[in-house]
Order: sequence, then structure tokens, then C-alpha cells
Amino acid sequence: MEKWYLMTIVVLIGLTVRWTVSLNSYSGAGKPPMFGDYEAQRHWQEITFNLPVKQWYFNSSDNNLQYWGLDYPPLTAYHSLLCAYVAKFINPDWIALHTSRGYESQAHKLFMRTTVLIADLLIYIPAVVLYCCCLKDISTKKKIANALCILLYPGLILIDYGHFQYNSVSLGFALWGVLGVSCDWDLLGSLAFCLAINYKQMELYHSLPFFCFLLGKCFKKGLKGKGFVLLVKLACTVVASFVLCWLPFFTEREQTLQVLRRLFPVDRGLFEDKVANIWCSFNVFLKIRDILPRHIQLIMSFCFTFLSLLPACIKLILQPSSKGFKFTLVSCALSFFLFSFQVHEKSILLVSLPVCLVLSEIPFMSTWFLLVSTFSLLPLLLKDELLMPSVVTTMAFFIACVTSFSIFEKTSEEELQLKSFSISVRKYLPCFTFLSRMIQYLFLISVITMVLLTLMTVTLDPPQKLPDLFSVLVCFVSCLNFLFFLVYFNIIIMWDSKSGRNQKKIS
Amino acid sequence: MAAFTIAAGTGNWFSALALGVTLLKCLLIPTYHSTDFEVHRNWLAITHSLPISQWYYEATSEWTLDYPPFFAWFEYILSHVAKYFDQEMLNVRNLNYSSSRTLLFQRFSVIFMDVLFVYAVHECCKCIDGKKVGKELTEKPKFILSVLLLWNFGLLIVDHIHFQYNGFLFGLMLLSIARLFQKRHMEGAFLFAVLLHFKHIYLYVAPAYGVYLLRSYCFTANKPDGSIRWNSFSFVRVISLGLVVFLVSALSLGPFLALNQLPQVFSRLFPFKRGLCHAYWAPNFWALYNALDKVLSVIGLKLKFLDPNNIPKASMTSGLVQQFQHTVLPSVTPLATLICTLIAILPSIFCLWFKPQGPRGFLRCLTLCALSSFMFGWHVHEKAILLAILPMSLLSVQKAGDASIFLILTTTGHYSLFPLLFTAPELPIKILLMLLFTIYSISSLKTLFRKEKPLFNWMETFYLLGLGPLEVCCEFVFPFTSWKVKYPFLPLLLTSVYCAVGITYAWFKLYVSVLIDPPVGKTKKQ
Repeated sequence: MEKWYLMTIVVLIGLTVRWTVSLNSYSGAGKPPMFGDYEAQRHWQEITFNLPVKQWYFNSSDNNLQYWGLDYPPLTAYHSLLCAYVAKFINPDWIALHTSRGYESQAHKLFMRTTVLIADLLIYIPAVVLYCCCLKDISTKKKIANALCILLYPGLILIDYGHFQYNSVSLGFALWGVLGVSCDWDLLGSLAFCLAINYKQMELYHSLPFFCFLLGKCFKKGLKGKGFVLLVKLACTVVASFVLCWLPFFTEREQTLQVLRRLFPVDRGLFEDKVANIWCSFNVFLKIRDILPRHIQLIMSFCFTFLSLLPACIKLILQPSSKGFKFTLVSCALSFFLFSFQVHEKSILLVSLPVCLVLSEIPFMSTWFLLVSTFSLLPLLLKDELLMPSVVTTMAFFIACVTSFSIFEKTSEEELQLKSFSISVRKYLPCFTFLSRMIQYLFLISVITMVLLTLMTVTLDPPQKLPDLFSVLVCFVSCLNFLFFLVYFNIIIMWDSKSGRNQKKIS
Repeated sequence: MAAFTIAAGTGNWFSALALGVTLLKCLLIPTYHSTDFEVHRNWLAITHSLPISQWYYEATSEWTLDYPPFFAWFEYILSHVAKYFDQEMLNVRNLNYSSSRTLLFQRFSVIFMDVLFVYAVHECCKCIDGKKVGKELTEKPKFILSVLLLWNFGLLIVDHIHFQYNGFLFGLMLLSIARLFQKRHMEGAFLFAVLLHFKHIYLYVAPAYGVYLLRSYCFTANKPDGSIRWNSFSFVRVISLGLVVFLVSALSLGPFLALNQLPQVFSRLFPFKRGLCHAYWAPNFWALYNALDKVLSVIGLKLKFLDPNNIPKASMTSGLVQQFQHTVLPSVTPLATLICTLIAILPSIFCLWFKPQGPRGFLRCLTLCALSSFMFGWHVHEKAILLAILPMSLLSVQKAGDASIFLILTTTGHYSLFPLLFTAPELPIKILLMLLFTIYSISSLKTLFRKEKPLFNWMETFYLLGLGPLEVCCEFVFPFTSWKVKYPFLPLLLTSVYCAVGITYAWFKLYVSVLIDPPVGKTKKQ
């Protein structure tokens, strides 16, 4: 690549922004007794370092599961253990059993932030760079611009480096998976994706598209010949990688079951806090959680999720293509986010990742979505005192997208990939010509609402009767936006091959 | 939507660059800030709460007002905005006060004032005629120049981390240079006069301004061979120039002259009581001189030429002692540095007079003036290297030879700023930003001049690559060795000497290229 230096610059800008954001506060800073996710991660280091593997997921006098008990899959635990060894080397106080609870210091913050940066630098950033280099049909300059926009996506930066989590690890593995699967290195791709699932169970949001895409590939090759061989190989890879990750927990049945119980806490309810999904928004009108029994809620959310992602998945099995795969990733993850059980606001990052991947194909809609997704995190970011970095990084991201893709000039039906859809609608409704303009107006309305709501949340005090007024409004508005995006992405997926077939006919 | 497109400046790379760096500056708000933060807070308090007559007498804080009057007035104006943020910061007795609102106000005031700098860069880009190489935006000289100036590493860390107001001052300087390029000499002279009364460090480059304006503005014509035509002297122009400078100075110093405080003001502006070198030696000639002195004294002790009892103890380990005692070489007096500086500046001034090459020649002379005074000045700060780096950026995108000197100068000069930021959280920032700027400047200038001979020879490449291991040794290996206690200032000394070599080399190379460069008339004939 002749422009390697520009790519280096882009990565350096991404790193600089990440580190400057990390100078800010983290979740639960100086807030005993529970603190926040920062303390959770530190606590996991303490647990994994001081206790034998068999006790990690069990409640005991040394491991109070009520206080940030380990509830992520084994890879997270191993990662914590690795960090703990480094921590032990620098300062054993940081991970001393019991006494280190709620430990906070500048040096420790520096250490924790560095672990995030290193994980990011090793897993997520190379994946992004490689993904952008592998993009087809666009110029080198566009590839670099694309990498810049993806690396500047504020949601991930703010959650990982502000709030404090290691999302870049699981998302990075997932991205390696996407990369492998779309470059026809199916085994490596599925291995990477298994690692992603074993780092964070939320990656299951992406599992169906992976499954369908690979299954579709097998079908395409013929189930009696090469396809079958591939299927067996894939199954072996998946099983082997899972067994490897779970090895210490397979010794006893009770161990495995306990880990699974920790990973899927069904009894924690339909949703927690304020999430921009259907259930939380619907809760404004009707308190579903109090009316329906727990198991009905579970079945209901399962049905909704399943129905909403079914069409896209069937389509992917029948016509596996790497473009369709990326769009199906978006729509499936979005369905899970909107309808499934026990969703966190941070899970929107799982939708944002595949949206970042289609940034170069539908820049206008992707930018819009990524802005909304960052906005939906606003209540959380405000709680962590991250207003300033949020606003600044969001603006930086927006400017980067506007200058590198000139998104406002790409709002024709063709560039929104809605051409074939509007043609087929026009067969029945000839006057359906306002789609492109309508989307432009919707964008304006959406952006103005988001800006106004942000300003109101920051400046006004909510009325005493409704202390959560603004955060509920933020969730509600974001949820409306997300519903619109779900419809949009499903339309793209369903109408995609028709245009493909038409083009083939023409050619 | 169309209006929105225009407002967002689609495809307008300049506003994207400027906005981008502004946002980066906003992200730097929570970083470490030096005592200069308190210095400026104190000045806000002084100008706000005391009458003019006491501005230059007030000494409650050790950070007394030591900038010229315009800067004091600037702080006065700022203080009237500051009172809406936090009244407490305007109290003279409130030493080391830094509430979060104070921090926000001060940081934002720097970021806001940089608007002037951005405008100046915009004007400078217009003056670049640059060769038309490549259609691609990233290969245009204008684009490269605006990145080199707007995203300048030194300015970013000195202003937005360390905390100072250099941005808008350099804005004034670049603007006045741009005006001279645009043949709007009076404006240029006016802006420079104003600048001098904001911060007197710019006196270093005043000779270049004076000679250039006299030679190229007051003399309206040249002989065909480029030498001066004495009868073309324009009295009107001289008088109007003088009038501008006089009026600006009167406005600035007049009130203090009326109060009969001028000697006090000047004693604050030029404190010769400080030592030859700053606590951390700026990488100039004197750093090499001091280092040589140390080496000689060590050798002398080993070979028993020197008596250990006669050697001042402090000189061996500490860099913090302001009055550095030389053991072998003769000690340097302020007068000696002044003479050295003048001698170093003179040839470039002669060049400007006898071989006028238009604004470009002026710019080279200005850079040389800045660099020579940096090399030989008394109590030079490492930050003063920016005075040479920023104007040199303008030269670098026009000629391959200048580009190579610029790259050596910038890279070493910027690296020598590293000791300004010594706190752990800022370590990644300074390394990342430095890499960002260095990789960009080297790669983009290489691409720009790819058709000409390589920018660096093997020696220069080797030297520049050596900065990497030096950084690793000084900040990653050294703190874990036993020498940390014994010789705590060794990394500073190494950095300073290593950078001094590079800067001296760049200075020398630039001087040679200016002196042997044929005058304009001859180049045209060739």
C-alpha cells in the first residue's frame, strides 16, 4: 500500500483520542460501597488471582457474588488473571484478597487504562485496519478515511476508555471472525468468533448470522460433497475451541451449570435501568414487568426476537454473500437489542460494530445510526461525568464522516440502497417518489431532537415527580430511531438480491 | 439540507483540519498543567483587581507580571469574562487556586484565542505558490503546510498541556508574515509592532523585520543586478513605518511613561539575574558548552589535573542550580551571550540586505535570527525553538533543501520539549502526538519532493532514528536502574545534549544554504 503512512497517522489519531478520553473519570469513581464497572474489573483480577479456578463462579466467604461476582465467560476470567499477574508485579495491594476492595489511586487508574489500551491495540485496531485494507471496489484514500471513521466511533471509545470495560476485545475478536469468514478463511473466522463468544456472552447477538452464513456456504458447495466436509470441519473447530476455553469447568457437571447460570441470569428481569429497547420504552405506557409473570415475559421476548430476525436469516442461508452477511449482522444484533431479554444499554455497541463495517456502503445511514447509538448512551455517560469527552468525540466523529464520505451528497435512493425497494413500491403507489427527501427530513428531525434533548438533560433539572424524565426521553427517542433502522436494514436485506438479479439481467 | 451541507463545509478540508485540532485541544483539557497555569491566573487577578500603577509592582505571588503591557491588557479583558466563571480566581491572594471552573475558563480561553492562529494559517496558505504536483489533496503543498502549522506538536503540548498563550501570538506573527508576502507591508509592520508589545521574546526576530522593511519597502527599486538603488529611497514610507511603530509603542508604554514606571517595567521584562541556562538546558550552543565543561572536568579529575576540592559540588549532578559554575572552561556572562548572538545574526542580516530575495529571503533570515538567538541567547527556554520551527514550516513546503533542514530541526526541537511533560499519564500523549507529527511531516514532505534527491543522508537518518532509543533509555529504562538516585538529571542532560547536536547542525546547514544561495537576479538568468 503506497499510502501506508496515512494509515499509521489514522491509527495514531485513534490511539491519541483513546488515551485522552481515558484521562477522564470512570464509572463509580469514589462512590462506595458498590463503585462501578471499573471496580468490577479490578475485583475480578483479585478473585481470579487469589482463588482456585473451581471457586471463581461460586459464592463463598472469599467470593461474594453479590459484590460484582464474575458473570462473563472463561476468557474474560483468564484475561483478568493475566492482568492480575502484571498488577501483582507492580503493586500487590491492588489485588490483595478482601483488603483491596474499592482500591483507587492515580497509579492504579493508569494501570487499568493501559490494560485496555494494550488489549485494544492488539486485537481491535489491527482488525479494523486489516478490514479496511481488504475492502473491495474503493480507492486507497477511501479505505483510510473509512478506517479513521471506524476508529473514531465515540460509543466504543467512551465505554471502554471512559466508563471502563473491555468491549474492544470481544468486538475485536468478532471483527476478526467477520474478516475471516468473508475472506473465505472459514475455520479461522469461526475460531475467532468462538473466542469472542467466550469472552462475552453478548456476542451471541452475532451468532445467528455467522451460523446462517456458514451454513449457506456449505449448502452452496453441495451438502453431499465439499459442503459436508466444510460443515464437519467447522463443527470440529467450534467444539474444539469451546472445549479448550471451558476445560477447567468441564471437570464437574455442577461447575458447568453454575457458570451457565452466572452467564444467563434469567431472574434479573426483562430489562434493567434505562435501555433504549422496546420493553423499556413500552414500560412508559404499561408496566409489563409487573403485569406478566416472569416466564411469559421470557417467552414473549423470545418470540419477538425470533420473528424479527427470521426473514433476514433465512435469506442469508439461501443466498450467502459477504455483503448480505454484514447487513444481516446489523439487523440481527438490532433485533436482539430491541426485543430480547435482559438487555444492557452498552449492548448497542454490538449493533454499532457491524454498522461500522457498512460505513463505506451506506455512509449517510450508518453515520446517522452511529450518532443515535452514542446518544442512547447519554444517561450512562452523564452518570460517569463524561459529558465533555462525549460531546467532543461525537463531534469529531461527525466531522470525520462528513469530510471523508461527504454524506450529505449521498442521499439519493440509489446511494441509500433503496432503489429496488422504491421501484417495487411504485408499482402499486406511483406517487411514491419522496422517499429520499423524507429520509433527509427524518435525519434533520432526529439530529435536532438529539441535540435539544442533550441540552435539556445537561442544563435543566427534571421535575421532582419525574426524576428520570430526561433519561426515559433519551431512551424513548433512541428506541424510535432504532425501530426505524430495523425496518430500513431489513428492507435493504430483503430487496438486495432483486437488484442483483436485475443487474445481471441487464448485463 | 443544502444549507446544512454548506454549513458543515462538505469537502472543505481546511475547516475539517482546524475543527479537528480544536476538538483534540478540548480533549486535552484534563491533562497536567504546569505552574504557567498559576502564572496566568495570577496575572488575571492582578490586572483585574489592581490599578494600572501597581501592575508591575505587585509581588504577592512569585509569578510577577513580566510580559509587556498589551499582554497585561489582554489578561485584563479576559478577567472580565472570567468573573462569570469563578470570582475567586481573580483574587490576588488566592495563590494556586484551580477550581474546575477556573481550569475550564483558562483552557477554553487558550483554545478560543487560537482562532487567530487558524486565520493566520489560512492566510499563509494563500501565499504559498507551491509546485503543482499531483492532483490528490493530501499531496498539495497547501494541505501539508496547514497540517504542519495547525497540528504542530510543539504548539499543542506547550499551549494546551503545559499551558501558555503562544497560539494567538504566533498567529499574529504568521499573519504579519503573510501580509508581507501579500505586499501589505504597513499592515505587516503594524501587526509585528503589536506582537512585540504582547511578548518581547519576538525581539529576537525584530532585526529581520527591520532590515527587510527598510530594504524592500523603503527602497522602491533595485538595480538590474539586484543591488541597491540608493536614489529610490522613499521618505514617506520610512516616516509612515516609523509612525506606526511609534504609535503602537506609545499606546503600550505611554501610560507607564506617564506614571514614571518605565524602568520598573523594563526591569521586569528583562531579568538578567537568572542563569545562563534554564533548569533544563535548552538544546543550544551553551548546552554543548556546559557538557564539554563537565566532560573536561571529569577527565581532569581522573587524570589528576584538577583538585577535587576546588570544584563546586553542585555542578556535578544537579541541573537545578540556576547559576551554573563552569569548572574548566571560562564562565559565560550575559554580555558575552549578547555579543555571540549579534555575531551569529549579522551574516543573515547582511544577506538580507545585499541579496534580497523577496519575502522568501526575509523568511529565511527571520528563521535564522530566531535560531541564532536560540543558539546563543541568555537563559533561553526550550519552548523558544517554536519561534524558528513555525516560520520554517512555510519554507519547508517550497524547496527540498529547506524541507530536509526543517525536518531535522522540527524533530529534534520537538523532542527536546519532552521534559516539559514529565507526568506518567501524559507520557503516552506526548509520544503519540510526537509520532503523529513526525511521521506525517517526514512522509508528506518526502512524497512532495519524491522526484528530487532524498531528503536525508545516512548520517541524518541515523541521528533521527537515534531519538527512539534515547527516549526508551531516558524514560523507560533509566527509572529502573540504580543511577536514578545517583544521577537524577542524567536523562535531561542526555536529551539536551543530543538535541543540541541536531539543532546546531540544522542551524549550520540553514546558514550555509542561505549564504551560498545565489541572489534572485542570477537564478532567473540561469
